[in-house]
Parts: sequence; C-alpha cells; structure tokens
Amino acid sequence: MADPRQAARPLSPHLQIYRLTVTMVMSIVHRITGAGLYAGTLLLAWWLVAVASGPDAYAVFEGFIGSWFGRLVLFGYTWALIHHMLGGIRHFIWDFGKGFELRAADLMAWGTVIGSVVLTVLVWIAGYSMMGAL
Amino acid sequence: MADMRTPLSRVIGLGSAKSGAHHFWLQRVTAAANVPLALFLIASLVALSGADYLTVRAYLAHPLAVIALLALILSGVWHMRLGMQVIIEDYVIAEGLKTLSLLLNIFFSAAIGIACIYAALKIGFGS
Repeated sequence: MADPRQAARPLSPHLQIYRLTVTMVMSIVHRITGAGLYAGTLLLAWWLVAVASGPDAYAVFEGFIGSWFGRLVLFGYTWALIHHMLGGIRHFIWDFGKGFELRAADLMAWGTVIGSVVLTVLVWIAGYSMMGAL
Repeated sequence: MADMRTPLSRVIGLGSAKSGAHHFWLQRVTAAANVPLALFLIASLVALSGADYLTVRAYLAHPLAVIALLALILSGVWHMRLGMQVIIEDYVIAEGLKTLSLLLNIFFSAAIGIACIYAALKIGFGS
C-alpha cells in the first residue's frame, strides 16, 4: 500500500498568490516593526549606559543621535514603536472578540497606518519645538 | 518508512505542549504594560530633546523616572523575547539552528535588560 504521506499533496498557496489586503500588510508590518524595536533596544541601552557612565560617554551618544543618520534611526524607531503600539491595541480589540467584520478590520488597519504616521510626525514636531528649532 | 503509523496517530492523546497559553498570556500582559510605559518613554524623549547632559541625568534620576524605566525595561525585554521566539519558531526550520537562535534570543534579551537595569539604578542612586 502506498504511503499516504508520500503522495503528492496540494500545497496551500503562499503570499504571492493572494491579492494584497491592508490587514495582511499590517500583520506583516507588525512583525517587522517588532523585530525593528528588538534591535532598537540597543539604542535604549546605549542611551542609559551613556548617561550612567558620564559626560564623555554621553557626548559620544549625542554625536551619533544628533547626526542625520542617528536622527533617521530615531525617527524610524519612533514610528515603529507607535505603529507596533497601535497594532497591539488592534490585537487587544480582536482578543475581546470584536472588530472581525471586514469593514471594521480594514478600518482599524488603515487607522494603524495613518495614526502611526500622524502621531510620529506630531511627536517629532513636539521634540523639535522643545529644542527651539521651530 | 517502516513506521506504519500516521503522524496524527503518534501525537493523538499526548495533548499540547501545555505552554502555548502561558506564552500568549504573558505576551498580552507585557503588551498591556508596555502601552503606558512606552508613552512615558516617548514623552520623556520629547521633553529631553536638545537637553544637556546634566538635565538628562537629573530627569532620569528622579525616583518615579527610575521606577518607570525599570518597569519599561522588564516588561519590554520580556515582551520582545517572547515575540522574537515566535519569529524564530516560524522561520528557522533546522533543529540545531533553531535551538541556537532561541538561545541567542534569550541571551540578547537578558544582556539588554541587565545593562539597562544597571544603568537605570546607577543613575537613580547617583553613584
């Protein structure tokens, strides 16, 4: 008798088969921002250790974070944090059994995108105005 | 294959690994804690934008700031360890590499956590 496990079984379609939907993209982005924040904790650790170490160590940190590249990384970190937070709140709503209707799920997904961009820009406007740059 | 049993028959009755719900629960507990704590971090970074060293240090040395930082570090590091574990389990198939990745994930999270906790305490106690 043929081993049923060896038979050619149909494979479930993978990513490239499906039409992109906003909920699907936000699920992927939630994972990517999570991984980004994981790496970003190096920055948080560097900041705290630099403050604890003294003015010289802090000057090195400031030199990095004040550069255009450092600012870019921090901007990305801010957006990833806010996006992941909003995405997490979306997951909490689902955990309570709500928001599974297509329309509600789509609305929450778009809310995550738009909300994260708007809030990130607002945070940076607030930060730059604290520096007196605006 | 000499084994005539199907994969299903070999696992049936064994039950689950019994740790999935615990993982899920801790993921949600730390996620809930992370919301206000991350907002504290963002608000602090905005408040400290362009501040000099002594101002930053004085801000972070406040007992409430130290306590919030410690909570953020513990909850955040735990949350990210659980999250990265799922990513590794999803994408790293080879058993040896998977075990190594899971180990490194724990070590990285622990190293970040310990470094941040030490720094926060040192700033707080002002030594």
